[in-house]
Amino acid sequence: MIFNKEIETMSREEMQALQLKKLKDLVTYVYSNVEFYKKKFDAAGVKPSDIKTLKDISKLPFTTKDEMRETYPYGLLACDPEALKEIHTSSGTTGTPVVAGYTENDRTLWKEVMGRCLAMAGGDEHDVVQNAYGYGMFTGGLGVHYGAEAIGASVLPISSGNTKRQLNFMKDFKSTILTCTPSYSLFMAEVAKEMGMDFREFNLRAGIFGAEPWSDNMRIEIEKKLNLKAYDIYGLTEIIGPGVSCECEAQNGLHINEDYFYPEIINPETGEVLPEGEKGELVFTTLSREGTPIIRYRTRDITWLFRDNCSCGRSTVKMHRLLGRNDDMMILRGVNVFPSQIENVLMRIEETEPHYQIVIDRSTSSLDHVELHVEVEESFFSDETKNLEKIRDMIHEEMKQALGISLDIKLVEPKSIERSMGKAKRVIDKRDIKGEA
Amino acid sequence: MKVKQISVFLENTTGRLAEVTRVLGTGNINLRAISIADTADFGILRLIVDTPEKTMELLKKAGFTAKITEVIGVLVNDKPGGLMKIMDIFNKEGVNIEYLYSSLINEEGDAVIIFRVEDIDHGLGIVEKAGLKAISAF
Repeated sequence: MIFNKEIETMSREEMQALQLKKLKDLVTYVYSNVEFYKKKFDAAGVKPSDIKTLKDISKLPFTTKDEMRETYPYGLLACDPEALKEIHTSSGTTGTPVVAGYTENDRTLWKEVMGRCLAMAGGDEHDVVQNAYGYGMFTGGLGVHYGAEAIGASVLPISSGNTKRQLNFMKDFKSTILTCTPSYSLFMAEVAKEMGMDFREFNLRAGIFGAEPWSDNMRIEIEKKLNLKAYDIYGLTEIIGPGVSCECEAQNGLHINEDYFYPEIINPETGEVLPEGEKGELVFTTLSREGTPIIRYRTRDITWLFRDNCSCGRSTVKMHRLLGRNDDMMILRGVNVFPSQIENVLMRIEETEPHYQIVIDRSTSSLDHVELHVEVEESFFSDETKNLEKIRDMIHEEMKQALGISLDIKLVEPKSIERSMGKAKRVIDKRDIKGEA
Repeated sequence: MKVKQISVFLENTTGRLAEVTRVLGTGNINLRAISIADTADFGILRLIVDTPEKTMELLKKAGFTAKITEVIGVLVNDKPGGLMKIMDIFNKEGVNIEYLYSSLINEEGDAVIIFRVEDIDHGLGIVEKAGLKAISAF
């Protein structure tokens, strides 16, 4: 079912007209209400009246994550603080948190876009949504909760953690849709196996997974282990939280709610806008936010935009699944490596599971020493050292083929790699790069 | 007659072997034979115990990767040339041995040699044909 047929199947011309009208209003709104934007627009020599076409958006300056931190808590607020009905922040583990403020209309908007996302995954009033995203300052929990309300489903606001209880409730309440991070879903599968539970006896039919990049191979693994169809959802606190885009049943790219979130792809080095189909950094402008509207936010996520004649009937633009976040990208011996590439290789090798950790060290020489820790699963454990060494060498070879660099493979005991209820911690960087350019 | 051997994956970090023995000790498991194969990165502990299934359960509960493999246990007199006799037979029949270890067992001074061969049924047939005693537990 298409949640908002009028908008989601709109013709290109109508959509662009709607976006342009909203963009003009937005620019006027932030210019007169947010000192931060007024200063930036003035410095760039651009006025609200300069925005005559959608293409003119490229005249506006970008907003970065650092700027959002520097303006903590209310530097980007465009409304009276009393008009805020809900406040969320990013985790702030890497510094000052980023603030997202929602007016009543913003919350309605959030509910609308999340309703569309859940409907894209086939959700409706007959569903029981087990929402295992964390509830709290993190946008995941409440965002999905509002979406479940919007489609009229029952919602189990169980939040993340307490996995055994998750599985028991999943069975007892006959949950049909699971929402959590992809890595947590695989952890659930592991625990279910230990508990002697079989997902074929559950009622789950869809999983909506996000908040971290995951590969197509991981999707295959999740779908097999949890016996459901796995959908990718995308969002970020700076823009709204979850609900920016989601996959439909075609599972080929994420439809962007572009009437609210205007996407661009730019060259991350020059800032130049790239045409559809070209790979680059994803940039969003919130077209209707009242609390904390954002102009041209640089997400640091790498992907590309495309349009196809989607079998679901939606005409909204799609973004390809994330190739990785710029933040997650590691530069190992001068080669760019995304954790998702490593995950892909491990999923491809039949014997291995995607439980891994990367340890980077530069203590012994000037070259990065990169160790990939892979858990020894029962499926490939052998009483003979040569068999384990064979698998270790195979992982080494496959990684070299896929990444172009040689990693030291270390086989480790299962579960010695910390399991995550939220975003998995994949990389431990021990390099001391202070003082380096 | 085959012997059930338990192998356990061990990371090369201090305390892992101690942890296994703690699990076995508190679980009241009696060890009959033990050997470790080690590489630079990891080790494989091989055990013969009195109650293999219970041992597996305890090890898995404690989070270890473990596996039961069948091996050949041959009873030999604890005298010079005891092992040589078996090796001669295996050699003649072209049996490839992956690894072996031994355990002293009874008052009569008999020893058990544990053999891991490529084709266990083939190896066992040869042992029995040669009139040697293969045991299933000890």
